[in-house]
Amino acid sequence: MSAPGTYVLRDSATMLRRNLRHMARYPSMTIMLVGQPLLFLLLFTYVFGGTMGAGLPGGDRGDYLTYIAPGILTMTVASVSIGTAVLVANDMTDGIIDRFRTMPLAKSSVLTGHVLAAMIQTALALAAVGAAAFALGLRTAASAADWAALLGLLALLSYALTWFTVALGLASPDPETASNLPMVFVLLPFVGSGFVPVESMPAGLRWFAAHQPFTPVMDLLRGLLAGSPDGADAAWAVGWCAVLGTAGHLWSRRLYRTRAAA
Amino acid sequence: MTTKNPAVEAYGLRKAYGAREVVAGVDLTVPAGTVYALLGPNGAGKTTTVRILTTLLAADAGTARVGGHDIRRAPGRVRAAIGVTGQFSAVDGLLTGRENLRLMADLGHLAGPRATAVTARLLARFGLADAADRRAATYSGGMKRRLDLAMTLVSGPRLIFLDEPTTGLDPRSRRELWDVVRELVADGTTVFLTTQYLEEADRLADRIGVLDGGRLVAEGTAAELKRRVTGGHVELHAADAARAAELARRLPGAVADPAAPAVTVPYDGSVGALRRLLAGLDDDGSVTGLAVHTPDLDDVFLALTGGAAAAEGVRA
Repeated sequence: MSAPGTYVLRDSATMLRRNLRHMARYPSMTIMLVGQPLLFLLLFTYVFGGTMGAGLPGGDRGDYLTYIAPGILTMTVASVSIGTAVLVANDMTDGIIDRFRTMPLAKSSVLTGHVLAAMIQTALALAAVGAAAFALGLRTAASAADWAALLGLLALLSYALTWFTVALGLASPDPETASNLPMVFVLLPFVGSGFVPVESMPAGLRWFAAHQPFTPVMDLLRGLLAGSPDGADAAWAVGWCAVLGTAGHLWSRRLYRTRAAA
Repeated sequence: MTTKNPAVEAYGLRKAYGAREVVAGVDLTVPAGTVYALLGPNGAGKTTTVRILTTLLAADAGTARVGGHDIRRAPGRVRAAIGVTGQFSAVDGLLTGRENLRLMADLGHLAGPRATAVTARLLARFGLADAADRRAATYSGGMKRRLDLAMTLVSGPRLIFLDEPTTGLDPRSRRELWDVVRELVADGTTVFLTTQYLEEADRLADRIGVLDGGRLVAEGTAAELKRRVTGGHVELHAADAARAAELARRLPGAVADPAAPAVTVPYDGSVGALRRLLAGLDDDGSVTGLAVHTPDLDDVFLALTGGAAAAEGVRA
């Protein structure tokens, strides 16, 4: 028997296959998670877009669509992470986690499998939401390098947010709680630069909106789509993702080791 | 693991949750190739003991070697040596029975052809071949339990922990599970199981440890334990509390329960004793019914736990 740890890739790949099967057999959840940002995209473009667009300097409905696209993409990443929290919480309440924990598995491959599956699901969701946004008339001046950076940023955000919601899933007493906790992340783009400029908010709220983690991420996405990314936004966005991802990773590993299945 | 070394050795295991000591100094030894049953009521510390031995829970104190490896220093090697079936079925409901077994084979790093062969063999052995491609969520309780055990056996562990394997199963499923355990033992596998049922321990185990309040209050073969139990009892239903008290005064060793009202009389299980007891009762309506109780888990506990005042009363 080889020492545990030599099978990290193989065990993670096995868990990834299991989680992808879960997603395929639980399609209503995937549809709900992708439908949520799609619904907001349509709502904000067609219902609010005319009025809101007029509030932007020289703007119309099309300008507003371009303005909210980063918020919608961020919301998509957050929405998929809800599903991850639920799947992790399901494992915890099923008792199957105890089976995994009494097997000589490579360290954290159970959790890595969840994160990889979630990132694949996020990529598919982002492709669907992005395609819808372009179909509605999203305009971009992004260069190939901007596109590469944009995809990299979304992957990083997905990685960071998923590790954090894996921890929330592990910490939740049941799948219902697990589905509620990450809702904060879905709503956070509203209290930031996702749908209106933070300058339009009252003082206290404006301070929070300007300093919360998603604002630099959404500002950087907006900059990349416009072909003129801002260096400070990039530093803050990557920094926040690193903090969220590292905290989520360490918290998850700790919870996985110590928390007994409910 | 060589046959010279015990499969499980534990010394002074302790685990407390706050002020409540759930496992309060457990020592036990299980020779390789035998079946050991940890017998006790709910809350006795059975599951906690199993969780400590299977590396799911760290003990506050004490040491244990499982499968020849220290649970604290080499938990990875312990996990590689054991198979565990927990109290609640740990199957993946969204996967089919075959996929569940295949998942275990992949995580056990079995080569492809061998994984396929083992999966097919276990499906057949546990009567799941027909249901192999249905999702486990659609299985009955007994089928889930069988799949659960089959999953534990995929990697061929030589030491298996079964935590209350038959709790909640119907009598037929229970017997089927007993047969599986016997087959495992015939193959030389060591089995450590917990149960609430004296009958189960009696039928399966070479040695039985009786756990109560986190302590092993007795250990031995089924025959040894039964010798320590003085016997069952006869319960006489009295017409009223006054007559119950009167009967308790008159019958040797009897204890009255005025609330029932009833009287409990010690009984060794023989026809003679029952005949003498009945001969001593008047047919005047003071006894409205009776029930004969042969020794059961209650009697084992009453006999083995020194603190039980009721037991002292019954046997005074």
